[in-house]
Amino acid sequence: MNMKKLITPAVLCLGLILSACSSTGSVEEGAGKVEDRNAGAVKTVTPPSSRSQALAALHDPNSPLSKRSIYFDFDSYVVKPEFQSLVQAHGRFLAQNPDLKVLIQGNADERGSREYNLALGQKRAEAVKNALMTFGAREDQVEAVSLGKEKPVCTEKTEECYAKNRRADILYSGEF
Amino acid sequence: MRCHQRNFVQNFRFSTTSSVITMHGLAHRAFHRFLPFMVALAALAALPVRAQLTVEITGAGGRLIPVAIPYLAGEEALPTPISQIVSQDLAKSGIFQLVDVGLMRLPEDQIPDYANLASRGADAVLAGTATAIGTGQYEVRVRVFDTRRQADLGGILYRFTPSQTRATAHRIADFVYEKLTGVPGYFASRLAYVVKQGSRYELRISEADGSNSVPALISQEPIISPAWSPDGTKVAYVSFEAKKPVVYVHELATGQRRVVANFKGSNSAPAFSPDGQSIALALTRDGISQIYLVPVSGGAPVRLSRSNAIDTEPVFSPDGRYIYFTSDRGGSPQIYRMPASGGAAERVTFEGEYNVSPDISPDGKLLAFVTRNQGRYQVALLDLQTRQQIILSDSTRDESPSFAPNGRMIVYASESGGRGTLFAVSTDGKVRLRLSAEGADVREPAWGPLPR
Repeated sequence: MNMKKLITPAVLCLGLILSACSSTGSVEEGAGKVEDRNAGAVKTVTPPSSRSQALAALHDPNSPLSKRSIYFDFDSYVVKPEFQSLVQAHGRFLAQNPDLKVLIQGNADERGSREYNLALGQKRAEAVKNALMTFGAREDQVEAVSLGKEKPVCTEKTEECYAKNRRADILYSGEF
Repeated sequence: MRCHQRNFVQNFRFSTTSSVITMHGLAHRAFHRFLPFMVALAALAALPVRAQLTVEITGAGGRLIPVAIPYLAGEEALPTPISQIVSQDLAKSGIFQLVDVGLMRLPEDQIPDYANLASRGADAVLAGTATAIGTGQYEVRVRVFDTRRQADLGGILYRFTPSQTRATAHRIADFVYEKLTGVPGYFASRLAYVVKQGSRYELRISEADGSNSVPALISQEPIISPAWSPDGTKVAYVSFEAKKPVVYVHELATGQRRVVANFKGSNSAPAFSPDGQSIALALTRDGISQIYLVPVSGGAPVRLSRSNAIDTEPVFSPDGRYIYFTSDRGGSPQIYRMPASGGAAERVTFEGEYNVSPDISPDGKLLAFVTRNQGRYQVALLDLQTRQQIILSDSTRDESPSFAPNGRMIVYASESGGRGTLFAVSTDGKVRLRLSAEGADVREPAWGPLPR
């Protein structure tokens, strides 16, 4: 679906990500075959199965991992206390799943220069990145980038709307 | 004799114009060649985009120069009527007033009827002769006369192919502009800007007045910060097609582009050095946004700024000695400058709490930027010598000011009727133009150089 939105390089890029995903799938399939041949080894395959459970948690509305957005105050680049548990959950999840990677996209409200807002959005993304690392994520698992004011989720010229756009989103491999 | 020499020089210069024109054609072809790769965009792109800009004059100079542009002798032989394009250019400049001379036809080698033209109110007149010279080429000779002083202000000759007719007309308009104002014109230059229509973004290249625009890039993700190479052959920009900002350099003639910066983090705010060899840009590979220099051909970036704050929006001074940029190292975003090789920066703007998006006039004397003035974002102009600062707009959401190659006009993005619209204003604030597209947001203008 997202592919349709992209032109060549991005499509190639996404293609790589998707093929990475499908190869992960085939690894799990292989593990299943091992399971069939050697019943005694059944318990050794629990890690992949717990891993897929873990990945499912990313989309389980009851899991803190399903929450991906961190909102910021005006002119602020500090992760507020109310988002600490969210960031902590993702940081620990990344530590437990060292092969997973995330892209943190920082955003800014629409007032002012596009490029300066890009730099402000980056500060928000970096704040989330640093918090994730505090909770155990490795630096090479996390890339902090900015979308500035280019991808607002809300386009009205109201403070309520601006607040929704002062945000950083956590995207896992395959989601971007 | 002097005139003959001039003709030669101009004729020589013209040979490079041809490549500029071809670029339009090539850009189009390259665009179509690129299409098959644009996956689902192909269907959309098959519909011609109606994102042509229309220009309205919303403010004009104090006294308009009344000028008559009669038909050229032999003009009917040309594929496009040059006198009409010259008239449109001059009329859209906001400093000329066209004097209607009906069906008058004035050959270049004929002394005009000064008294008659003066009585119609024309201070100046353009005489011209067009001829087909075989091998599909045309020749146009034009001459500007001052009807009050009854003086020949000079002539010029152009040879061109049919596809170069419009560009030639713009050059003739520039010639008239220069003869009558003493300052070079800008009609032969081009604009780069971004049009957003729904979720579709197009980087477009148009003539200086917004006409005849062609897309250089189409994407479903944002495109920002186009910047021209000094020779006008390339545009650098930031595209978000990879879900993060990446800087590309795009060759307009071929449609080929290449990544010049895709480092970890964000890559943005490109600006060509005056020699065209390097690009200054903002990278966040070391955490916060800082300014780096990369070769246009790609390669390892060299860090130029070192602060613990945001440094972004670099732009070179025309002499290449300095880089002006935005930084919030002092607590609020302000414009600073540092040597182009990096090093200690000095603050340039002091009025107000928010001064961003610098651009320097081609003579290096004026700084245009966006200032926040009582909650409104407006284009400001600072005379770097006298330190005198004026605000050039009365709007509230101005962005991205960019000087015309003659330094007399500044194009910027703002809003009009809730829609992104481009505006151009003269540095004295008198001439005001609005360039808008029906049903689309227009933004991120960058005024290109005059063709060499």
